[in-house]
Amino acid sequence: MTGDPVPVPQTARRHIRLPGLARLWAMFIKEFLQLRRDRVTFATMIFIPLMQLLLFGFAINTQPKNLPTAVLSQENTDVSRAIVAALKNTSYFSVTRIAGTEQEVDHWLRAGTVQFVVEIPAGFERALRRGETPSLLIAADATDPVASGTALGSLSGVVSHALAGLHGIPKAQTSAPFEIRQHRRYNPASVTRLNIVPGILGTILTMTMLIFTALSVTREIERGTMENLLSMPIRPLEVMLGKIAPYILVGFLQAALIFIAGYLIFDVPVEGSLLLLSGLSMLFITTNLSIGYTFSTLAQNQLQAIQMSFMFFLPNILLSGFMFPFAGMPVWAQWVGEALPLTHYLRIVRGIMLKGSGLTDIAHPAMMLTALTLVAMTIAVTRFRRTLD
Amino acid sequence: MTAAPEIAIEVEGLTKSFGDKTVVKDLSMHVERGQIYGFLGPNGSGKTTTIRMLCGLLTPDAGHGTCLGYDILTESDKIKPRVGYMTQRFSLYQDLSIRENLEFVARLYGLANPKRQAREAIARLGLSGREEQLAGELSGGWKQRLALGACILPSPDLLLLDEPTAGVDPKARRDFWNEIHGLAADGLTVLVSTHYMDEAERCHEIAYIAYGTLLARGTVEEVIASANLETWTVSGPDLHDLADKLLAADGIDMVAPFGSSLHVAGRDHGALEAAIAPWRGDTRFTWTSSGATLEDVFIDLMSRSQDNFQ
Ligand SMILES: Nc1ncnc2c1ncn2[C@@H]1O[C@H](COP(=O)(O)OP(=O)(O)O)[C@@H](O)[C@H]1O
Ligand SMILES: [Mg+2]
Repeated sequence: MTGDPVPVPQTARRHIRLPGLARLWAMFIKEFLQLRRDRVTFATMIFIPLMQLLLFGFAINTQPKNLPTAVLSQENTDVSRAIVAALKNTSYFSVTRIAGTEQEVDHWLRAGTVQFVVEIPAGFERALRRGETPSLLIAADATDPVASGTALGSLSGVVSHALAGLHGIPKAQTSAPFEIRQHRRYNPASVTRLNIVPGILGTILTMTMLIFTALSVTREIERGTMENLLSMPIRPLEVMLGKIAPYILVGFLQAALIFIAGYLIFDVPVEGSLLLLSGLSMLFITTNLSIGYTFSTLAQNQLQAIQMSFMFFLPNILLSGFMFPFAGMPVWAQWVGEALPLTHYLRIVRGIMLKGSGLTDIAHPAMMLTALTLVAMTIAVTRFRRTLD
Repeated sequence: MTAAPEIAIEVEGLTKSFGDKTVVKDLSMHVERGQIYGFLGPNGSGKTTTIRMLCGLLTPDAGHGTCLGYDILTESDKIKPRVGYMTQRFSLYQDLSIRENLEFVARLYGLANPKRQAREAIARLGLSGREEQLAGELSGGWKQRLALGACILPSPDLLLLDEPTAGVDPKARRDFWNEIHGLAADGLTVLVSTHYMDEAERCHEIAYIAYGTLLARGTVEEVIASANLETWTVSGPDLHDLADKLLAADGIDMVAPFGSSLHVAGRDHGALEAAIAPWRGDTRFTWTSSGATLEDVFIDLMSRSQDNFQ
């Protein structure tokens, strides 16, 4: 006799209760360990969102410099001169034209000679000194909503600052002593930077979550570990939940990262409940993980799974209201959009972050996400191949 | 728990095709509990496919049967918890450590205290001190040992081992067989596929499959006897030349070189004697009548089935 015989384990027959839960837990730990060990994937998960954010961050946050601006001043007063001087002083605007008539202004805007028109109406100074709240009229070429949006945002501050130095103008208390009445041309329902942050959040989560689970089943098949897994007493539902669960945590981390960066870079407020936002973000993450996992059970190999994910990703970007305003899309596109998780998530995030919506306001998109998740999971569990046939 | 039946595997007429290629044809098998059952055959003969059908990984196109008393077609959920299947290709997680792999198996089978189970298994396997090593970094022999350890961790009633010793050095191969005998002595039934002849001799019973058809089964002695081969061993110069001439002669069913000699066999005593007579008198050759070996029988079986096959 050579070698030590391997005796049969003595205590192994004792089994625990709730074996289904134990199997799910086994799968969860295994997936988690593999995820942790796979440095490339792990790095991708942190770097994809950061990279995206920085790229978008630059595109959005680059202060638009020297927007060609025309001033149409209907009066020649200390106030009007101060405003023009202040506009010239900021790096946002470059006052290239002083207009005499509205026709001129219209023509320049249409031709793209200027992107911005500031109109100081007649009697502006007088109204100011009386403590009324006169209007500055702004016309902006909103075809580049990001650029004009930022400039618009800064305008109020620039003008207030200019007026503060003038004698006899009431000091600003809580709000500016004037109002800005803006008129966006050409793209009235423009996407603002506030709308873009939820969009980035949603697209990054969609892309990364889809890909991670899309690979999970095909990878086991290609590595040959599926044969072993299938020979063990685990059920399709347990495999699925065990494979999805670790990524819910990862997705949540990603979302938190994007929120924090969005808050720091874009100064995006969260008007509503942060808890609600977190909870529904988890739901959205789960939806995408389930859909990715479904692709994984349908695909023959990893390449196919990736292709399916991209096929699904594209309409999510185009038809969810992220790229184009949802209401402006043709009806068929809206129908497709209603079946996409990102559409509903955008509604949820915009609602909570920008409008302070509560659960009752966004119950419909939340239910839609739940429904999509359940449909995907049902397909995945029924389509999971339990044999190698 | 149901009383363990005396028959571990009982299948009849198993058939499986991939596309239009029939890989297993009308295969029947009967394995008693506590036996070490050898499943022999050349590569591509359908051993893996048969084993996969037994544990529910493949659905047979035709045939039926039971494994541990459960129907292989409808009750694979009951079969799986009690069968340890060791795949031909290493199929534990290469990117998990030895300990993590064993803990995974223990948890998956719902064993109480999986961490301790894994620790004990590591000690039994002689892997203490290396538990954090990744499974993918182990050598072939250790991988095999780990895979076997993982299979027996949940204390199954039946082990299905698919070429467990392929590519393993002779010492590790011998150790492996000692372990299998130890397990069988403890009451486990072991079905082991192999294409090593010497391993066949270590099984209680064997089945020989070629081109998807089961050609012989029984104990080694039974298989040899049923082949009814009369064998001569001949040594001398230019055996290669002699082999060609013998093959052409009527009454000779098999000619196979073995080292420095030639095995010549036929099923008909008279015809064989007549066929070799022209060379018996040649003083350059030494002729000895010998019993057929298992290998003679397999070579004969295979060449015959090949004739039918083509
Ligand atoms: N999934 C499959 N699809 C198509 N052909 C297969 C499949 N699995 C096995 N085969 C073919 O079936 C034959 C028998 O294979 P296998 O059962 O692995 O033989 P063995 O294990 O005896 O070497 C081989 O010719 C192999 O190519
Ligand atoms: Mg094989």
